[in-house]
Amino acid sequence: LGHDIHFHDKKIALLEAGPGKEYDHMPDTYSNRVSSVSPGSATLLSSFGAWDHVCSLRLKPFRRMQVWDACSEAMIVFEKDDLDDMGYIVENDVIMSALTKQLNAVADRVEVFYRSRAVGYTWPLPSHSCDTSPWVQIELSDGRRLQTKLLIGADGHNSVVRKEAEIKNIEHRYDQSAVVATLHLSEATDNNVAWQRFLPTGPIALLPLSDTASSLVWSTSHEHASELLAMDEESFVDSINSAFWSNVNHSDFIDTAGAMFRSAISLLKPSGTAVRQLPPSVAKVDPESRAMFPLGMGHATQYVQHRVALIGDAAHRVHPLAGQGVNLGFGDIACLAHHLSAAAFNGRDLGSLKHLLKFETERQRHNVSLIAATDMLKRLYSTRLAPLVLLRTWGLQATNALPPVKVRI
Amino acid sequence: TMKRLFSASHSSVDSKEMKKFQLLAHKWWDEEGEYSALHSMNDIRVPFIRDTLLNMSSNYHLGNPLSGVKILDVGCGGGLLSEPLGRLGASVTGIDPLEDNIRTADQHKSFDPVLAKRIQYKSSSLEEIVEECMETFDVIVASEVVEHVADLEMFIKCCSQVLKPEGSLFITTINKTQLSYVLGIVVAEKITGIVPEGTHEWEKFVPPEELERLLESNGFSVKTVNGMLYNPLSGSWSWMESTSINYAMHAVKSGAQGQSSPADAPSELESEQPLATAGTTM
Repeated sequence: LGHDIHFHDKKIALLEAGPGKEYDHMPDTYSNRVSSVSPGSATLLSSFGAWDHVCSLRLKPFRRMQVWDACSEAMIVFEKDDLDDMGYIVENDVIMSALTKQLNAVADRVEVFYRSRAVGYTWPLPSHSCDTSPWVQIELSDGRRLQTKLLIGADGHNSVVRKEAEIKNIEHRYDQSAVVATLHLSEATDNNVAWQRFLPTGPIALLPLSDTASSLVWSTSHEHASELLAMDEESFVDSINSAFWSNVNHSDFIDTAGAMFRSAISLLKPSGTAVRQLPPSVAKVDPESRAMFPLGMGHATQYVQHRVALIGDAAHRVHPLAGQGVNLGFGDIACLAHHLSAAAFNGRDLGSLKHLLKFETERQRHNVSLIAATDMLKRLYSTRLAPLVLLRTWGLQATNALPPVKVRI
Repeated sequence: TMKRLFSASHSSVDSKEMKKFQLLAHKWWDEEGEYSALHSMNDIRVPFIRDTLLNMSSNYHLGNPLSGVKILDVGCGGGLLSEPLGRLGASVTGIDPLEDNIRTADQHKSFDPVLAKRIQYKSSSLEEIVEECMETFDVIVASEVVEHVADLEMFIKCCSQVLKPEGSLFITTINKTQLSYVLGIVVAEKITGIVPEGTHEWEKFVPPEELERLLESNGFSVKTVNGMLYNPLSGSWSWMESTSINYAMHAVKSGAQGQSSPADAPSELESEQPLATAGTTM
């Protein structure tokens, strides 16, 4: 918003609990928190000059995504025909640094309050007939007071803004935690493929960072996650390799059924079965790079209220299995910025519900189906029960053979 | 020459009209209330004013498009139109004969430090400010006003006096047709209550042809006429070809030299006033 031309004479304040983070060059080790940035999100970031900074720091484009089941041979491969990048694996620190740089560039319009926390909110009444201020009042922990026409809550899935605004949140805690780590591969490779295998305990994913390094995101039960963190590095590496390579979950029944289906497809659609590539094997893990965090799903019943808007995880939280969480947030931003920019150019009061509702409708329509689908996939793949395995095996094989469906995904 | 009436009843202000608005003076800023149609009218009249002015000027900044422009909002009411124009950078003077309206407008803008500086409100009629404000304003906006004035020609003459040469006059109002009676009064007021009952009198509606005639014969050149349509289901306004119900008009006061124009018809005016060509419909 600070870079938007129609916001030229507006004032924006950003409250950030952490310290400022800006890097000129990245440290040698990779950070263990990474995001898969879609091309659409990259476009958003480049629209205000942040993507250039990301590129100059570091990122890894990937061209292909192979997703397969641990209980069968079923597999689906995503790649773009024109060999374009499907997405980019970027460390979260890199994104933060790029954003910080661009924030500094508009410091005259955007004031960032680092290490600040809001301790109280006063909400205005929608009707304007009273003598009290019609704006939102915010009290900071250091005693300062701010007032604003529009408060945007971007404070994560435990959003205080959302709670204080009394917006109900539908939430569900998965009994899974995600384990992240930075891994080193056995041998250098092009490493432009993202790998994900659905184990009954949860999906394990390998996201490329460089020719020799990849980032691990392994969603599994809380107990298993704690074990993984506690075990020594060699055992940890063995667990990962075995998770990707072992066929212990296969059953003859499923394998046969799957093979039959595959032959059927290749009769109908010869090009419908893709070549299975083998994921790289892992040699070692970066010490101190192992961490875990609990997973859940959430969706706010309203994204907006008079003078309030929620974006990103404050509005919706998904399982990382689709790698979409951050991209949904970027989508929210692009949409809200568009509506606010138009409102500013029409001289409208920025906190007015009219254009905020347009943002909410647009994003809810888009987000709800994706959140529901992600949740459903998570449940579908959390089982070894034969009928469901068969269902998803055939479903995956069929989807792999159908270009129109794949393109939509 | 123009006669100024110094009597208590102002010449272009109708005291009956004032009483009607008195009752609703505090309801201006309830976006879902009696004035909701006027709030949503901003969605087309603000871009109309903004874009017309931007098209006429060559140096402007998109972040502050109306910066440096002095606007007079006649019949500003609670300031519904003054505020967005102020946000776009203009220096706005809003006048309204009803003190309660001005009070509401003043109070509403007082919370916004930027607007408080850019907008000035005065409880006054148009005639009362003519003397001190000769040729002061770049733009005059008279939105949903001319159907309430007592003497339209006097109103237009006053506008001309306070407007700079080549300044713009924007008017939105209601046409006097059977359709506007049915929709604008029967449906809008009596049936659906979109407009508070008794707000409008069909007799005082102004057909665009007559408005154009009055403008052209008082030193204005009409540049644009556009029909407007209100959709009560969505609560939103849109532009339409036909001017049979609501319409907006943009006219420009002739400059000191006047503009050259096709002179097929004999000029009735003594000086070099531009001749009217039929108003262009978009």
